[in-house]
Amino acid sequence: MEHYIITIIIGTLVGSLTRVLLLRVDYRQYPGFPHGYITHLALGFIASALGAVAVPAIMKPDYTAFTFLALAAQQFREIRNMERKTLENMEETWMVQRGADYIEGIARTFEARNYLVMVAAFFSSLAYELAGLTGGIGMGVFLIIFALSFRTGDSIGDICEVIPEKVYFKGSLLCVGNINFMSVGLKEMQGKIRQDALGVMIKPKDDDARATLSNYGQRLAIAHTASIVLGTKKDVDIPEFTPLVRKDPDTGKVALYIVPAEKDQDALVAAVNRTPILESARVRPSKTQAGRIAAD
Amino acid sequence: MSSYETSGILAAVTLDKDLVTGGVPIFLARNEEEREKIALFVSKSLNAMVHDLENGCYIIIRH
Repeated sequence: MEHYIITIIIGTLVGSLTRVLLLRVDYRQYPGFPHGYITHLALGFIASALGAVAVPAIMKPDYTAFTFLALAAQQFREIRNMERKTLENMEETWMVQRGADYIEGIARTFEARNYLVMVAAFFSSLAYELAGLTGGIGMGVFLIIFALSFRTGDSIGDICEVIPEKVYFKGSLLCVGNINFMSVGLKEMQGKIRQDALGVMIKPKDDDARATLSNYGQRLAIAHTASIVLGTKKDVDIPEFTPLVRKDPDTGKVALYIVPAEKDQDALVAAVNRTPILESARVRPSKTQAGRIAAD
Repeated sequence: MSSYETSGILAAVTLDKDLVTGGVPIFLARNEEEREKIALFVSKSLNAMVHDLENGCYIIIRH
């Protein structure tokens, strides 16, 4: 019995450690508050305990006990719903919204991380059971490194070239590069925009990147990230300063217009470069036969 | 911003009353300066944005 206790402890430790390392404030800015951390750490602990307990259940053998993992999976699906609901409720109060795709991406990540933790706990317990303490620790280290490789996906900088671009007016029409954005009526606002606005042009490196940038959710994510990092002068009664990302229909390039609180062109380019590619926006038409024919 | 606020054309501010007719409130301005001022006040009151049609008429739209 005591032997199994150590198995469970090793699995739980590896799992919990994985969860802690996967939790950090990044460009998603979530969770940025202590109670969010507690919720996720507690759930991570439960997930790892479940993963670790599964090994003694098999060894004993008590195969029916193993089926409780299915129950756990059900529980963790709830986490996705919980995250989605929380983020959707907070969406209204952001000056620049995240967009549904971004929220779905975050919610899915939180669900998936719990499974990752469960798997890490299960395999490190199994390794301890089969190969002793060294095996358990070795497996734990390997699994943690493996899990961390999931932490960062691709970002805009990997698939696109981001270059500073001039913001100017054609009559009352606001333009960034060759892309028309909107008509700004008030002369006072035009003056403010001339003075404070920044623009960048995002050029897709290939056809796949062009298709990804075409996704509106991905473009909202770019505007959201830029406004989080540089701040925005937008307010409820100043819709003129809403960051916008618009596409050049001929080339697939997109331009970002923003009136940041901190006017720093280099920081803006860096922020756009580091915007994560949303899983839901990621498409690879070039991987299909028809896509390859179209690319010719 | 709030969900109960409707979007669409909320008002028009014009120098020439023949340019706008129809179902939106129309504000007549005597000169460009007055048009700017009315447009600013109305747009701030409604949390909406001013667009220039470049024919002497501003429209106030909530997006």
